[in-house]
Amino acid sequence: MSEQKLSLAKGLNSGLRAAMEHDDKVVLMGEDVGKLGGVFRITEGLQKDFGEDRVIDTPLAEAGIVGTAVGLALRGYRPVVEIQFDGFIYPAFDQIISQVSKMHARSLGNLKVPIVIRVPFGGGIGAVEHHSESNEAYFAHTAGLRVVACSDPADGYWMIQQAIASDDPVIFYEPKRRYHERSVVELDESAGAPLGLHDARVARQGTDVTLLAYGPMVKTCLQSAEAAAQEGKSLEVVDLRSLSPLDLPTILASAKKTGRVVVVHEASTFLGMGAELAALVQQECFYHLEAPVLRVGGYNIPYPPSRFEEEFLPGLDRVLDAVDKSLAF
Amino acid sequence: MSDLEDAATAERAASGEPDAVHHHETVVGTPAARAGASRPEHEVPLRAEGVLTDGGPDTVRFLDAEGNRLQTDEANAPYAKIVEDMTPDDAQRLYRDLVLVRRIDAEGHALQRQGELGLWPSLLGQEAAQVGAGRAMRKQDYAFPGYREHGVAWCRDVPPENLLGMFRGVNHGGWDSNSHNFHLYTIVIGNQMLHATGYAMGIQRDGDVGTGDPERDAAVMAFTGDGGTAQGDYNEALVFASVANAPLVFFVQNNQWAISEPNYKQFRIPPYQRARGFGFPGVRVDGNDVLAVYAVTKAALDAARDGQGPTLIEAFTYRMGAHTTSDDPTKYRSAAEVDIWREKDPIKRMRGFMETKGYADATFFDQIDQEADELAARIRVACQQMPNPELPTMFDDIYVEPHPVIEAERTEFVAYHASFEQEGAQS
Ligand SMILES: Cc1ncc(C[n+]2csc(CCOP(=O)(O)OP(=O)(O)O)c2C)c(N)n1
Ligand SMILES: [Mg+2]
Repeated sequence: MSEQKLSLAKGLNSGLRAAMEHDDKVVLMGEDVGKLGGVFRITEGLQKDFGEDRVIDTPLAEAGIVGTAVGLALRGYRPVVEIQFDGFIYPAFDQIISQVSKMHARSLGNLKVPIVIRVPFGGGIGAVEHHSESNEAYFAHTAGLRVVACSDPADGYWMIQQAIASDDPVIFYEPKRRYHERSVVELDESAGAPLGLHDARVARQGTDVTLLAYGPMVKTCLQSAEAAAQEGKSLEVVDLRSLSPLDLPTILASAKKTGRVVVVHEASTFLGMGAELAALVQQECFYHLEAPVLRVGGYNIPYPPSRFEEEFLPGLDRVLDAVDKSLAF
Repeated sequence: MSDLEDAATAERAASGEPDAVHHHETVVGTPAARAGASRPEHEVPLRAEGVLTDGGPDTVRFLDAEGNRLQTDEANAPYAKIVEDMTPDDAQRLYRDLVLVRRIDAEGHALQRQGELGLWPSLLGQEAAQVGAGRAMRKQDYAFPGYREHGVAWCRDVPPENLLGMFRGVNHGGWDSNSHNFHLYTIVIGNQMLHATGYAMGIQRDGDVGTGDPERDAAVMAFTGDGGTAQGDYNEALVFASVANAPLVFFVQNNQWAISEPNYKQFRIPPYQRARGFGFPGVRVDGNDVLAVYAVTKAALDAARDGQGPTLIEAFTYRMGAHTTSDDPTKYRSAAEVDIWREKDPIKRMRGFMETKGYADATFFDQIDQEADELAARIRVACQQMPNPELPTMFDDIYVEPHPVIEAERTEFVAYHASFEQEGAQS
């Protein structure tokens, strides 16, 4: 028996540890990831156990972090980069878009850059600006990058290992407001990972409306489904887990089953993941749909000061309101 | 061993300070020496390390830790006249600033601890660096701060209450930059360095440099920390400022820590020495000596306004507190190191100086303490009474011109929230 009750933070930490034990080419890098263990303690204890050459406290420069990760990858390493907060990834945007995403293609397949870029993302923690953003759409829009978002401790543990094992670069989103939520994780490796890195998961079965969510919004949707059940509405919750590529078979099967889809994310709706999902669902399930695909997301404004965030972020009320609208068609 | 190391070791020996608690500056070889060097037999280190230092002999300093006026030496000589010209009144004003700024900071910290603020980045230990820099500015000069520059804000007459909004989560910056010539705080490390440079380029184009008119000639100050010097934006700013010969003073508060990372993880050559490589002078000043900081900054600003281009000032100081209220420094640094720096306290030093000189008596010091108490009480009340913002205002000021998406969302938002009120009224 190797089941343990872990927080998401600890799941990620254990997954990183396992990856480092399996492959000595795995190196961690980022600001404060060493002695401090990162500001969220995701890398806690790893520098002590694996040394300063494998857990690198970098200078304070995100373009530098990602750019040198590219070089390390070209030399055969598997860098796992921590961006301290979502809003600090932009100095590295150039390296990610111009180099990381394109390296394999522009080298005609000769070169690979198996880098994982970990990004604590999303709001709900009462932070000052630049600490609560959801910028996944920029990266999901970019060919050459794989983009995933874990939502619970088990996914944290398994997905980080799968992302590190992937030969492609992976942008790995971690819902920071869920870091301390705990659930039971099966750590037994002989059984293997329960799901593939790019598999979606039906987190709750239902028949009336499908909620598509990822990262922090999975819990919000599960709570919404629970509340809806009290009113006799049966909601299915799909945790996308992977944003690029999307697990279309799972998504479309659910959409066809319920005929009604609501996409929920913290990111602003305009050109967000919901836009792509709505397009694909209507294209592939047109005759199964009872209602247009609806989106619930952040408003199309910069992430507001934290006293606004409860109303800015989708919560149970707004999700259930969209569900009612969908059912009313 | 370099001079810096020698000096540091000697100073430690002389002062009986504990041995290197963590490492700072590094020795850098020359290509010629490297070419002649035989292959090292020991493992090649992947990281640079150095030794603890008090700033080294290049550091401009006028007061020792007790506040005794130091002899003129090579480093402080160019600035000695500025200090000598200062009157007892000037000293009293600086002292008052130091005490009030520390009190503002302590109040911010306390308000966070009591749940009134979400976060507070303390400037404890950096009062002299900020007050010295802020008071050297003229009204028409402009400052671009990071997020810890509460002391500079004070010198720019930003009411301390107005600093609290962003840490309470009611706004992203609660003051009008242009009425104080003090830009909003910038949290993304390094961004503001380029803004400061561009602003200085604007001043040049307006012809407000080198006219000789003290009311007109203007300069800009750009603030960042030791960690900030690693950032791309910082280095680009130095390049742009140099090429433009911009009227700009880069002010790096080297408090020796970037969250958990000590100096040697950010650079092998201290920031003041790197300035030369960008094409303008750099100077290191004892950041806990308000007279030295004031003098060095005044000289740099005068030169900038005069059209002589940028200067980089590295204020060598220490972050006495946690990085912010979210941080736990016991995870990465020793209490012994903090103790060493407590001895170098900027306020104690200035007070010692004033007492020795007879610049102020006990009544003065008591009065300032009382003023600090009153200021703290005022800040506390203002914070507690700060209203929550009206929710629909989150849609305000996103664009200058009307924008249909924003307008539609605001309307929808207002209607949605009104629907709850109706429900509430019916039930
Ligand atoms: C671009 C960017 N990356 C990371 C951070 C997170 N962060 C906030 S403060 C800080 C350390 C800054 O150290 P330093 O420049 O020495 O300034 P100090 O906090 O010591 O005043 C870091 C890494 C940030 N704010 N911006
Ligand atoms: Mg610092």
